[in-house]
Amino acid sequence: MNFKTIILASATSLLLAGTAMAQTEVKIGVLNDRSGVYADLSGEGSVIAARMAVEDFDAAGKGITVEIVSADHQNKPDVASNIARQWYDQDGVDLIVDVPTSSAAFAVNEITREKNKIFMNSGAGSADLTGAQCSPNTVHWTYDTWALAKGTGTAMVEQGNDKWFFITADYAFGHALERDTMAIVEGSGGEVVGTVRHPFPGTDFSSYLLQAQASGAQVIGLANAGGDTVNTIKQASEFGITQAGQALAGLLIFITDIHALGLETAQGLVLTESFYWDLNDETRAWSERFAAQNDGKKPTMVHAGVYASVLHYLKAVESTGAKETEALMAAMKSTPTSDPLFGDGMIREDGRKIHDMHLFRVKSPAESTGPWDYYTLVATTPAADAFRPIEDGGCAFIAE
Amino acid sequence: MFELLGIPPQALFGQLLLGLINGSFYALLSLGLAVIFGLLNIINFSHGAQYMMGAFVAWMLLTYTGINYWWALLIVPLVVGATGVVIERLMISRLYHLDHLYGLLLTFGLALIIQGLFRNQYGVSGLPYSIPAELSGGTNLGFMFLPNYRAWVIVASVVVCFATWFAIEKTRLGAYLRAATENPTLVGAFGINVPRMITLTYGFGVALAALAGVLAAPIYSVNPNMGADLIIVVFAVVVIGGMGSILGAILTGFGLGVVEGLTRVFYPEGSAVVIFVIMAIVLLVKPAGLFGRTQ
Repeated sequence: MNFKTIILASATSLLLAGTAMAQTEVKIGVLNDRSGVYADLSGEGSVIAARMAVEDFDAAGKGITVEIVSADHQNKPDVASNIARQWYDQDGVDLIVDVPTSSAAFAVNEITREKNKIFMNSGAGSADLTGAQCSPNTVHWTYDTWALAKGTGTAMVEQGNDKWFFITADYAFGHALERDTMAIVEGSGGEVVGTVRHPFPGTDFSSYLLQAQASGAQVIGLANAGGDTVNTIKQASEFGITQAGQALAGLLIFITDIHALGLETAQGLVLTESFYWDLNDETRAWSERFAAQNDGKKPTMVHAGVYASVLHYLKAVESTGAKETEALMAAMKSTPTSDPLFGDGMIREDGRKIHDMHLFRVKSPAESTGPWDYYTLVATTPAADAFRPIEDGGCAFIAE
Repeated sequence: MFELLGIPPQALFGQLLLGLINGSFYALLSLGLAVIFGLLNIINFSHGAQYMMGAFVAWMLLTYTGINYWWALLIVPLVVGATGVVIERLMISRLYHLDHLYGLLLTFGLALIIQGLFRNQYGVSGLPYSIPAELSGGTNLGFMFLPNYRAWVIVASVVVCFATWFAIEKTRLGAYLRAATENPTLVGAFGINVPRMITLTYGFGVALAALAGVLAAPIYSVNPNMGADLIIVVFAVVVIGGMGSILGAILTGFGLGVVEGLTRVFYPEGSAVVIFVIMAIVLLVKPAGLFGRTQ
């Protein structure tokens, strides 16, 4: 074989490979809340994060054409199912990402399994997504109620706060968070003295706070999220609950909530998140790029999860060279995950993404250097301990 | 110590008081709606958005110009009321000869536009607005800790509600207004500028919503959806009280706040629907509402 032939042969193979790769076209649907209580922590920011993942992966350079579509599910399961159905049936969407609000996430989880597509959740909390409701087509990326309960619950009980009262949002996510935290509290020798469930979303929480106060609990666990948590914390300070010595445990608090509360009210809160923009050089660099596209607002862990999950999905598309669901899921689960935001991790058989979880304390106004400088890192739970052990989840399809 | 239905009386008093506080907001908002409906026959669906604007304008005054809460109480109703006057002149005044439904659709559309604009600009997480220093802290009443600010909300609301009721039912100006609703042509013939009076009435109703917004800013999250969540409840309050009845709106507002507060103790899951259940019952038994007159 002479030199000319080699050149010709490699040129041909390159050309062939090029055409073969260019045939992979994927369509990603970002489905989340774009106008309601969770719009700031997911919303347009998740679309930006997905787009950044596609750019950073250099999908176009690798012959993968990616189209991103987005829609508002209004935190309603019925709206979420309608959109998911239409995306899969008519619009050729291959992957749905984000989907905050657990009840909506369950709906998309079901439809994705039925249509044999892929669902990578970042925004929803219920640990049932990889437990009782688990599906071979779903990956749950960023956090879940069990991990939050473990992080914050354990830390609070260790400080000697062992009598708890729960203020719980009355829907799937709140129930799951309450149940998981109760288990952690009782497992560590604590006691639950009462719970109250409020309609979602609510405005006035003073009534529940008063009940919590009367219960004599040391800790008031807030098993709600977003605007509900913000209002509860604001009113707890107004009614002198925290000043009187009861501690608040925000079980799911996003950085956007702290931004809304202001440090004056939020200082001292202890919370668990899987991502904070100011963790290391890589998260800072990425977050700066993100903020530049998001009106200067820093990313939440949900945005980070969307970025990292899309990145991991695209890697699987590249390695399998196609978008066949079983092969993609197998590739995603067999390849360890690695990205600048969550570091190294893996996706478990039940679809649970495993990484470190961090316990933060909210800074006081004096400690903070300015907007978005809100957290001090208190502790990090290593990936292996951060999530519910696979055998405790009761995931049905693994046993099959 | 005696207990009532398993709840110690201290807790019950606390909850009654909290109910009254929430009722203050219902009363203020439903009063504005009742004034507008009673005198203009317009179902003002943008009332929630105007309440939200009140809170936002208070926030803007503080953040951009440093104008404090007390001035905001005065300035915000004037500013937001003025936008109401403009809306009435430009749009609503063209609909008086049409069915109620057109006014409802117009104001509903306006509400969506206003909320959308604010959402676009400020996001949905809400903005912080502190309780003014003069009203921070609270008093221990023995059965509960009453924040001074909440006490102020009750007082302010009762005063404003009573003043409005008095102005409309007991003064000469109120008499003109009521006469103009009954027979605008005749009142106009007496040399009274009826269209201007109607415009100012709408502006006043909107100003009431804005005032409620300022009162709410320090205790609820200032966010674009704050009015949308409340407006449906407030409509139910107006319907229960009797559409257009000023006194009905005030009394039902406070009353339903208390009922809702008690539901939060006995069956919290049901607190979001209890008002609508009452509405359904009232509509069945007394279709014109508790204080409404059948026409």
